[in-house]
Amino acid sequence: MQLAEAIILAVLTASTPLLLAAAGELVAERAGVLNLGVEGMMIMGAACGFAGAYMTGSTFVGALCGLAAGTALSLLFAMLTLGLAVNQVATGLALTIFGVGLSGLIGAGFVGEKIVAAPQLHLPGLTDLPFFGRILFGQDAFVYLSLALIYGIWWFIYGTRWGLVTRAVGDNPASAHALGYPVLTIRTFAVLFGGACAGLGGAYLPLAYTPFFIPGMTAGRGWIAIALVVFASWLPGRLVAGAYLFGAVTILQLHAQGAGLGIPSQLMSSLPYLATVVVLVVISGVRGTARSGAPASLGLVFVPDR
Amino acid sequence: MWLVLERRAERSALMAIASPLIAIGLTLVTMTVLFALIGKNPFAALWVYFIDPLTDAYSLQEIAVKATPLVMIALGLSLCYLANVWNIGAEGQFLIGAVTGSWLAVKTNGTDPGQWVLPAMLVLGALGGALYALIPAVCKTKFGASEILTSLMLVYVADLFLDYLVRGPWRDPKGYNFPTTPDFDPVATVPILIEGSRLHAGALIALIVVVAAMLLLGRTIKGFEIKVVGSAPRAARFAGFNADQLVILTFLVSGALAGLAGIIEVAGPVGNLRPNISPGYGFTAIIVAFLGRLHPIGILLAGLFLALTFIGGEQAQISMRIPLDLTKVFQGILLFFVLASDSLVLYRIRLMRPHRKTAHATS
Repeated sequence: MQLAEAIILAVLTASTPLLLAAAGELVAERAGVLNLGVEGMMIMGAACGFAGAYMTGSTFVGALCGLAAGTALSLLFAMLTLGLAVNQVATGLALTIFGVGLSGLIGAGFVGEKIVAAPQLHLPGLTDLPFFGRILFGQDAFVYLSLALIYGIWWFIYGTRWGLVTRAVGDNPASAHALGYPVLTIRTFAVLFGGACAGLGGAYLPLAYTPFFIPGMTAGRGWIAIALVVFASWLPGRLVAGAYLFGAVTILQLHAQGAGLGIPSQLMSSLPYLATVVVLVVISGVRGTARSGAPASLGLVFVPDR
Repeated sequence: MWLVLERRAERSALMAIASPLIAIGLTLVTMTVLFALIGKNPFAALWVYFIDPLTDAYSLQEIAVKATPLVMIALGLSLCYLANVWNIGAEGQFLIGAVTGSWLAVKTNGTDPGQWVLPAMLVLGALGGALYALIPAVCKTKFGASEILTSLMLVYVADLFLDYLVRGPWRDPKGYNFPTTPDFDPVATVPILIEGSRLHAGALIALIVVVAAMLLLGRTIKGFEIKVVGSAPRAARFAGFNADQLVILTFLVSGALAGLAGIIEVAGPVGNLRPNISPGYGFTAIIVAFLGRLHPIGILLAGLFLALTFIGGEQAQISMRIPLDLTKVFQGILLFFVLASDSLVLYRIRLMRPHRKTAHATS
């Protein structure tokens, strides 16, 4: 029972950065923009988030710094892909290369330093309940925020007028433009939102997951977040299931390594990546084509004629 | 006032040549600012980065050594990108090629089997890289899984696999517990071109690949198909070109070239198999491919330029204590500017004033 509780708690923390980053990417992709720079925005969020928290001693300031770093990088992406109509795939790769380099530069001075991990909720009585107490009422703010964010995105996409417009912009930008909607402005906001979420997700790693910064600590989570959006068929609800599934794979391989089953640790460490490949193949295969469920104009350049 | 993009009637030939140069120029300006920001003399730093390495023979040879894998990988990637196929896992294919080629070197180590070993290693390396690249290609054509994500995920898997081998079954028993294989035998080592330097025969292979890529793209039907499928997929369908087949083909060729580069790197400058054999060649090669505008000659020049940033970056770290990560930042910035100025080939930027009729401004 105690082991089960420990595993569930660990899965929740391992999944939260994935969920945050994937939530932002989902919104950007719903508006038709494929931003492959999530890994770069996350690692910048991690470096700047740690720097902010270390210098001020405040998790909140750290989270804001991470969020700002992710947003700044996504602004760069928006300027190139929306302002200059550059290929989105290539620009996303550039953003990742740039972010990984810059985060190494910024984070170099902070390697080896420690901070106080983000505080966890404590409600007297509720948190002390056996088993469910800590799982439901003992998390840090990011965990609750990520779930609220998913609900907010679901409500925005399906419950509001501008959510409908965003979907229209992602499916058929030419029609949305003809109806007088500012396609590029909407896409810009969607990209910036995605960057903010990726930065926050990245900041979660040094602020709560491990209370220190190491270069390259995102270790491909940004790419897994992009794969999660495909896995979720661009539906916010399924994103939660996907993120927790991948968090579980990460944690289970760690536990299996700790248990010493005689399986090479490198094989266990490669499980999340192999799982991503398998999941992508299965999901795409089952659906017939990978694009069903995808916004119809995902990744395509749109230059409005005037 | 507002800046808007306007599609050119046809591609600008001038911009096609000028855009990489504009990008390099803008990157240099940005570097100047960045050097000043971290408190270094920008002009001294730029000198160390870009001029110093060109003034002594040793650095020139090192540039050729570094450019060899970059050019080979980027040539393969350019075929993919021309066909609008997104192989971004060249780093993994490079590592697997290094592993499969090294297998023979490890197995024959110390037995003096003869001169056939090195050619066989090169073939195995190319084969390993090609087969590893086949995984995302088949996932794409059979199941429709995004090749971008699968090829990238396999980079992490390849990295861990290499790590497992050199820490486990292939570790040199006499290696003081360092995670490396034994040093390769002379018959399993790429011959040196100039005595006393590290310049090896792999550089010649890279030049041969440049010529082969030019012939493929300029003189063959397959090369034509690759370009049409990428730039005009609808026309390619009408012409009956098989897009799936080209996905497989471009992945196989780019994987083979990355794998070949991998085995040449370990059998050449490195000398044995170990972790960290690549400072991100597979990713830097993506920049090389775009900076070279996906053209073989352009890629050769771009490969030499990015090799220069590696060498200059190392020297700047030693002589001016400039962090090595700055080189990666510059490479990222360079790719941004390359992509942005490439946009000028297809579009022109116009200044729009809000209260003017634009009807007569159409081209």
